[in-house]
Amino acid sequence: MVETVVKARVGVLALQGDFPMHVKRLTELGCDVREVRTAQDLEELDALIWPGGESTTMTRVMTDELRAALLEFCSSKPVWGTCAGMIMLAKTHPDPRVKTLELADVLVNRNGWGRQVHSFEAELTLSDSLRTETPFQGVFIRAPRVEMVGEKARVLAWYQDEPVALAQGRILLTTFHPELTHDDRFHRLFLSWIEQPNSAAN
Amino acid sequence: MSITGTFATKIGLAEMLRGGVIMDVTTAEQARIAEQAGACAVMALERVPADIRRDGGVARMSDVAVIREIQDTVSIPVMAKCRIGHFVEAQILEALEVDFIDESEVLTPADEQYHVDKHKFKVPFVCGCRNLGEALRRIAEGAAMIRTKGEAGTGDIVEAVRHMRSVMSEIRRVQTMGDEELVHLGKEIGAPLEQLKQVRELGKLPVPNFAAGGIATPADAALMMQLGAEAVFVGSGIFKSNDPAARAEAIVLATTHYRDPHMLVKVSTGLRGAMQGLAVHSMAEGDLLSTRGW
Repeated sequence: MVETVVKARVGVLALQGDFPMHVKRLTELGCDVREVRTAQDLEELDALIWPGGESTTMTRVMTDELRAALLEFCSSKPVWGTCAGMIMLAKTHPDPRVKTLELADVLVNRNGWGRQVHSFEAELTLSDSLRTETPFQGVFIRAPRVEMVGEKARVLAWYQDEPVALAQGRILLTTFHPELTHDDRFHRLFLSWIEQPNSAAN
Repeated sequence: MSITGTFATKIGLAEMLRGGVIMDVTTAEQARIAEQAGACAVMALERVPADIRRDGGVARMSDVAVIREIQDTVSIPVMAKCRIGHFVEAQILEALEVDFIDESEVLTPADEQYHVDKHKFKVPFVCGCRNLGEALRRIAEGAAMIRTKGEAGTGDIVEAVRHMRSVMSEIRRVQTMGDEELVHLGKEIGAPLEQLKQVRELGKLPVPNFAAGGIATPADAALMMQLGAEAVFVGSGIFKSNDPAARAEAIVLATTHYRDPHMLVKVSTGLRGAMQGLAVHSMAEGDLLSTRGW
């Protein structure tokens, strides 16, 4: 496991948001980590993390060239969106301020939990493959709320019966921030897709 | 069961703002322009610092109605300022559900001895600093984000650079220190030992460290990022310039691509006049805002 993780070259989209936290966690897990700001930065990467931040800012800062390159990359290699990164990979209600890639068949309501005073921590219910005796604490920051899950997506975690983590092919989506806590279950799941692409295809 | 207002959620929002630009706005229309330009948050104010400086008088928390209107206009986080030590203004801002409170030296201080006990609030706070001791005192009081004070409303970057360099160089010094040296340093700079130990372990402040005070151009933003800032606040620099929308967008792009000089050339091209500004060197001691706070 460690041997394969060391080889993984993982990019973290660094347009805006908590990309340094992802870089830190991936580095701790032994990955070769690159910050991605341009289409060229995507070359030779094995996987990509799209971090949390503001989806309106990410929409504004992204060039057409980078958008096209991301569409291609995220359709063929493992990609993980947390919070705003998840919004950018999924679908959201029409709003001229946010242009998502709509790669995952999941509809989200941005800031569905409300303003910062409603940001919260809570224990999550995990799917069988991720569940252990150790509880998993999710940190939700002005988080999106999942309103509809398409047939191709499967739920990996719930908070009070609401889906908060999903997978569709090799696209991982979490409305919370595993990079802000010390439980690396989601990181390990994501990194496992790089070496065994078929494991996520069920 | 869920818990709100934890330190993890407070620092979490500060982390989400990294690599972004937080812009001062005084109206809903300015907030809309800021959001469209790519701001990651706005700071709702009654007057930008340059006008506070020009008009004088007592500067207080913004009008509640203006804050509400701005909250209704944008989907990005809305911050607002309270006076140093004015915990009731902070209570009002929390009840309004602003996303971040800036306990700011730009407003007229309400308490010349104590800052707000920020642990008592569910809303995160950002506070200004000039050096490591001041940063760590604010963090001990519960601040979830630190920014340089710079010299607000001048368009002169020199003080923000001084404050950022001071914090970064003191962090480097702390990392080489033994326990007994740390105790002595704590006494010398007025910093709590617990926070000093965290800095030694992490090699950075235990909360995000942003730049503010005097940023007026894309190059200023990139300079602060290269000096170690994790995001930037732009106050008067945008809406006191001749081209707010274009300048706002250029500063956002410069903050993302801060290490790419070719990109900085591209974003700086075609901008019209930056705010005229006020050289800090020429100002009287009594006119400085950065000396407020203790």
